[in-house]
Amino acid sequence: MNTLVHRRADWTGIIMAVVLTLVIVLPLIVVGTWAFANVWRYPSVIPQEFGLRFWYQTLARADVWTSIGTSLTLSLTVTALSAAICLPAAYAFARMEFPGRNILFFSFLAGHAFPKFGLLVAIAGIFLQLNLIGTFWGVVLIQLVGTLLFMIWIPVAAFQSVDRRMEEAARDVGAGPFRVFWSITLPQAGPTIAAAVLLSFVGTFYETEGAWLIGAPQVRTLPVLMISFINNQPVIQYGAVLSVLLWVPSFIALMFARRVVNSGSFARGFGG
Amino acid sequence: MSVLKIKEISKIFAGPVRAVDNFSLDVADGELVCLLGPSGSGKSTLLRMVGGFETPTSGVMTIDGEDITHVPPEKRPTGMVFQSHALWTHMNVFKNLAFGLKLRKVAPDEIKRRVDGVLDLVGLNGYGTRHVAQLSGGQQQRVALARSLVLEPKILLLDEPFASLDQHLRERLREEVRDIQQRLKITTLFVTHGQDEALSMADRIVVMRDGKTEQIDRPDIVYREPQTPFVAGFIGTMNLIEGTVSNGIFSKAGYSTPLPVSDGPAILAVRPEALDLSVVTENSQGKVHRVTDYGSHGLVDLELLDSTRIKAMVSHPDLFRAGQGVTLAPRAIAAYRGNAVIHRA
Repeated sequence: MNTLVHRRADWTGIIMAVVLTLVIVLPLIVVGTWAFANVWRYPSVIPQEFGLRFWYQTLARADVWTSIGTSLTLSLTVTALSAAICLPAAYAFARMEFPGRNILFFSFLAGHAFPKFGLLVAIAGIFLQLNLIGTFWGVVLIQLVGTLLFMIWIPVAAFQSVDRRMEEAARDVGAGPFRVFWSITLPQAGPTIAAAVLLSFVGTFYETEGAWLIGAPQVRTLPVLMISFINNQPVIQYGAVLSVLLWVPSFIALMFARRVVNSGSFARGFGG
Repeated sequence: MSVLKIKEISKIFAGPVRAVDNFSLDVADGELVCLLGPSGSGKSTLLRMVGGFETPTSGVMTIDGEDITHVPPEKRPTGMVFQSHALWTHMNVFKNLAFGLKLRKVAPDEIKRRVDGVLDLVGLNGYGTRHVAQLSGGQQQRVALARSLVLEPKILLLDEPFASLDQHLRERLREEVRDIQQRLKITTLFVTHGQDEALSMADRIVVMRDGKTEQIDRPDIVYREPQTPFVAGFIGTMNLIEGTVSNGIFSKAGYSTPLPVSDGPAILAVRPEALDLSVVTENSQGKVHRVTDYGSHGLVDLELLDSTRIKAMVSHPDLFRAGQGVTLAPRAIAAYRGNAVIHRA
């Protein structure tokens, strides 16, 4: 009986692994192959000719470089602004009692609880009147909204998990409240907050709907450019090359996140 | 040379319950006073108010005559050692100890000298570069003590500092802390729920209950002459037998003994070590329930005729067997009525 049960469990695992591979890894391989294929015609399973021709062509385009610059500046600006706004707010949520605290706290979920596009269209209407459509700061604002949830909720958990006695001990030896925050609370919550900042940077870098609706065509981020390539160009390789380019920041982010996740503080940030 | 005066301090958190209720205490220069009580007795709240981490609802506290009631903790001349040691885990031992000195703008070589000095004092010479997580529980608590001592506070506050340590270590550390405290002659307020700790370390013990003082006395007096039945029951082991007195005789379920007080209810208090037992075959006052041999002595659990449990310490436990009838002969008794002592002999 036992062996039977084990065999069945193994099969479930194998089937799930295969399905996951098909759904996740296969498209990545296909896209990756396309990016390095000079010629790939039906019915061949592998490209007839590998090469970097489309890399040269893609990277020779001015709009690609502009959008890489736009994307990086946008993500950095949004992440910095988000940190400046959300970290003090998260500290307040974690450590202070004020009227409407819980309602406000859960209101950050609201932006993610409804179909995002409807919300974006409504915001776009308001931005139109404020002349923010097609501007850099308009996109910053819309992307800022998307980071609020991560940048509030994760740091709140991080601040809450800092031992109050450590802060009191610092007060006790002569540190004022601000010094305590700077020298004790922030370093203690640091790894988890770094994970939140990372998430919001990567999330902003890949954010497409808001950037497209508010920014296009004046402000074009890398993902928006990629979509327009895929929609407008008969050559698949342009889109594929941009996709591979877009993997770079998330790969770097993942490498960095691994250190944080391994230390266990990332899970702690989620209340684990 | 520091004196702490606490005058009529009360603390109300929420609702009608007073965590600390009109509490007054003077701690003399160089004295170590233990606040002893069960959890919820308000002892920790009181200590935290002295440290500045809670604000009293009413009352005044002074250190050397200076009113500190509303001074924030960072400006108070107090140093607190927390139960959970509360060391900063992102700093090494040296940085933990140097943090307060740096805030006081002490010169780097002077910081080094003082940190080395205090590490020597707590027996952790050369541990400066260690990380907090690399230390054992006892070492962590020593560092926490050093962190307070290095700033030379006028008043040292200890909030159950040994509660998370094992018995053996606890005993060693309390001797060390007492030695250091006496060497530095530092005025100390110590919170504990362990009577052993209080009895072995304190110059005076404050027994607290429901935010109020039950008794303030030297440890030996608190043990030998408890002022209330609560103190009698809380410090050491005490048989508290509730009965009635009539015509100068206290009686309870077949047991009676002369008690020269007025008629009425009374609580008879007898320490196990002050209760002699004799085995009898008839007219017994109680029955042996269990005998435990601790090697150096034995403890006899017995039941009065109405199943009231009492304990007696005996030097020869092998003389007693479960089920035997015994008579009781207390060598020292106290009697309480309500919260007051009515007789002691």
